[in-house]
Amino acid sequence: MVSTKEILSLLPLMITAGGAVLLLLLIGIKRNHIITRFASLFTLLAAFISLFVVRPYQPVYVEHLLVIDSFGSLYMGIIFLASFFIILISHQYLESTTSDIEEYYILILLATLGSATLAVSHHFITFFLGIEILSSSLYVLIAFLRYREHSLEAGIKYLILAAVSSAFLLFGMALVYASYGTMYFPELAAFLKQGNIPALAAGGFGLIVVGIGFKLALVPFHLWTPDVYEGAPAPVTALVATVSKGGVFALWLRFILDLDAFRFPALMTVLGILAAVSMLTGNLLALLQQNVKRILAYSSIAHMGYLLVAFLTGSNLATDSSTFYLVAYIITSLGAFGVVTVISGTDHDATSMGEYKGLFARKPWLAGVFTIMLLSLAGIPFTAGFFGKFYVLMAGVEANLWWLVIILVISSTIGLFYYLKIILTMFSNPEQQTAAHGSFSFTNTLYFGLLTIAILGLGLYPSLLIRLIHSFSMVM
Amino acid sequence: MILILLVAILPLAGLITWITGSKNEKLSKWILLVSLLLEIILSFIAWPADIVQKNTAIPHIWQQEVNLEWIPQLGIGFHLAMDGLSFVMVLITFFIGLLTVLATWKNKYQRQGFFNFNFMLVLTGLTGVFLAVDMFLFYFFWELMLIPMYFLISLWGGEKRKAAAFRFFIFTQAGGLLMLLGILGIYFIHGHNTGTYTFDYNLLLGTTIPPGIAIWLVIAMALGFLVKIPLIPLHTWLPDATAKAPIAGSIILAGLLWNSGIYGIMRFLLPLFPYASMLIKPAAMILGILAILYGAKLAFAQTDLRRLVAYSSISHVGFVIIGLFAFNQIALQGVVMQMLTHSISTAALLILAGLLLNRLKTDDLDKMGGIWTDAPSTGSFGLIFTMATVGLPGLGNFLAEFLVLLGTFKVNITVAVLAALGLIATVIYALRMIQKIAFGEKQYTGIAHDLSIREKIIAAALVVPIFWLGLFPGPVFKTLNAPIEKTLEQNTGILVSVRDQNKIADYISLQNEQHKYLAERFNYTSIKKYKIFTDNQPEKGGKW
Repeated sequence: MVSTKEILSLLPLMITAGGAVLLLLLIGIKRNHIITRFASLFTLLAAFISLFVVRPYQPVYVEHLLVIDSFGSLYMGIIFLASFFIILISHQYLESTTSDIEEYYILILLATLGSATLAVSHHFITFFLGIEILSSSLYVLIAFLRYREHSLEAGIKYLILAAVSSAFLLFGMALVYASYGTMYFPELAAFLKQGNIPALAAGGFGLIVVGIGFKLALVPFHLWTPDVYEGAPAPVTALVATVSKGGVFALWLRFILDLDAFRFPALMTVLGILAAVSMLTGNLLALLQQNVKRILAYSSIAHMGYLLVAFLTGSNLATDSSTFYLVAYIITSLGAFGVVTVISGTDHDATSMGEYKGLFARKPWLAGVFTIMLLSLAGIPFTAGFFGKFYVLMAGVEANLWWLVIILVISSTIGLFYYLKIILTMFSNPEQQTAAHGSFSFTNTLYFGLLTIAILGLGLYPSLLIRLIHSFSMVM
Repeated sequence: MILILLVAILPLAGLITWITGSKNEKLSKWILLVSLLLEIILSFIAWPADIVQKNTAIPHIWQQEVNLEWIPQLGIGFHLAMDGLSFVMVLITFFIGLLTVLATWKNKYQRQGFFNFNFMLVLTGLTGVFLAVDMFLFYFFWELMLIPMYFLISLWGGEKRKAAAFRFFIFTQAGGLLMLLGILGIYFIHGHNTGTYTFDYNLLLGTTIPPGIAIWLVIAMALGFLVKIPLIPLHTWLPDATAKAPIAGSIILAGLLWNSGIYGIMRFLLPLFPYASMLIKPAAMILGILAILYGAKLAFAQTDLRRLVAYSSISHVGFVIIGLFAFNQIALQGVVMQMLTHSISTAALLILAGLLLNRLKTDDLDKMGGIWTDAPSTGSFGLIFTMATVGLPGLGNFLAEFLVLLGTFKVNITVAVLAALGLIATVIYALRMIQKIAFGEKQYTGIAHDLSIREKIIAAALVVPIFWLGLFPGPVFKTLNAPIEKTLEQNTGILVSVRDQNKIADYISLQNEQHKYLAERFNYTSIKKYKIFTDNQPEKGGKW
């Protein structure tokens, strides 16, 4: 039976789910953009606060399905905050479109729920449930503005590829279950400790890696990324880049740590190759792009590669450094896609380089924020990205992963080209005066202000976040 | 505390001028000027003259130090410190920065405020590099220079500036990351050895590194430093970047950035890897000679004044590298002297290039000529610094090159002889340069005004120190004595551990001899004496 304590500990998830239902009812009564928006913001805030309420009881094991521990709380916190910011920036963007927009918020809450479930899941069932809740909301969200060019294409592409990856995942889980008769991570770990993995189970784990690779957009499973990033509405792209990847990464980290999979050189080699190829391919292909959203898409592929390097080290630095890197990456992505969102017009997103030309003359503050975000992605001092990259390199050197470290150095040097290209475009003088979108409302100022402070703060005094991550991941 | 001010004033002033720059250009220039003057005064306050005397008695102790907690989890501290070497380096940075501001007083740029901000940020990075004794902090400042420098070139440069800026950026960024790998390597080795994970330079000194790993770490770090200097064959970014950058950027690129690389080798590479850095000595010597001769040859072939100055820099780098890897007092004194004098003379030539660019609107040597008739003081200003580049006795550059050659001669005669050939090559290209600028048929159209009062002040401010360094270098040597001994100390230790008795005796008598030579020649007393041991007994549990 589920005890009261266990139910209470599920509060963050229940609030998010309840919020989605509440929103449904609200829309049923009356469509009102402002109310829906505030209700969703309030839900996420309540879910975030509830993390602190349930903190004293942790860790709580809810049957075999979920584990609410401090690691999960940390990632849930990250996910809730990211969703909160995405809703904050969506307002103006959605106002400018014509369709019914209230459902958008329900879907965001559901995606958040799925992602948060992944962060605390401990079992293949919840793993799959989380992924499916997340993906099905994303199918709709990506094609949300369906009258736009590329929108349906992106939606369908994501639908098919995500369904395929889910199939891989499910098949992998089935194979593992067939060989061990359990889907519970700690029991799997116990079986693995006995050594001698049957070929069936090894194949199953391989298929799970493929499924995760799709979700994290690692090369060679990355093919959907640029099209989806381009076709989806800019705030949804931010959601895919931050909330979705954050949840999947949390699950993957827990899975590997629980199973102590760092012991298996074959798996580590495969992941190492995936990381190396992702870093190189992502950065090289980004060079060829002229479309800002596609550049950011390829850059995200490369960044997932960096993240994987930190993760692969398997040392005590692995959790700390990869979580730090992920947080820095999420903040930066929110900022970068936020800028894209704000300067997008009513009928299409600001994707072509031309729309960024002379942005410094037109919108100096916005261009300044974008510059800081791009510099953080590139890993330049004073930004969180600088310390993140340093931390990853540090973990890599400690684990003696020299070949990956060298590839990281080379590919991040290549990566600078395209970040700097965007920045220079913003500085150059516009050929013709394009209409300037993006008035600075209060929420926009709040959004960019907070993110910029976070980026610069983490760049100058990373100690704070390291301490936080450390205290949360220690008790795992 | 004063060290924090030294690092903090520049970016703050930069921020202020960014805000004021677009509205009031005059005011923003004054802010730059005043803040740099303030920095010079502060650095003198940080370095009271009487410390110089005390300093020689107890080397190895910083004169000024700030050590704050920054990221304690990883053993990273905000640790700044100043000794004689840092002091001289910081001073030359501010001095050249000040003159650059003066020299570009009348230049107008789009978005002047942002230009000033970037300019100040580069100087901040340089100052930080010279003061940081925490390796992470050092790397932080090192990387800090890149983006603003990149912006200076790519936003305000001349034609084809983007390619030049990209090349600069990619080279230095890759070098910086390699250097970081070296730093991380020594960090973890020290951590594994002692259990204390720290980036603090004082603690990392004397780390025992397995030779097989040490050589790779040295190569990684050396590449990082050498790219910035830049030594052949890593030099290809410098001429383009110097020629395409705005004048202020050119002066920093060719005149100041190289100091950071050489300083890095002296402060970090040689003492941290005493044994492994000796292993790369042959390669360094060969590349040094190549740099001297090849750089001079390319300088001779240039038609663009700023490219010529850049290649002249590349050529002079050779002397510095040879001097660094000669591992002795005289040569190292010469190296630092070379850094100071060459920074001044390069800055002077580039300021001249700026003056000519303002008047003649060209960098092309073929379109100059005969300027002496119209503007004699411009011509003589150019002539003095051409002579400085050539190494005319009485000017600082002569002393620097002479000391390097002297120090090298005692270690390796062939290298010294080959390097001395470079002096002849320098004369050839330098004379061709001044000939093309100042003498011969008048090639330019329009009127070349002579120096204005402001420009005369700049010229005087450059001429005086170059003579002073050439004629009365004693104070500089005194200031540098302790830090250089500190650099060499580690290497002396290594020779002893090699247990080659004759070599030790030779080496130590050489050091003493050089000490005596420097002391007599430049009239100061050194308290520290190297001792000669005839047996292998350690002395009072010391490092011998």
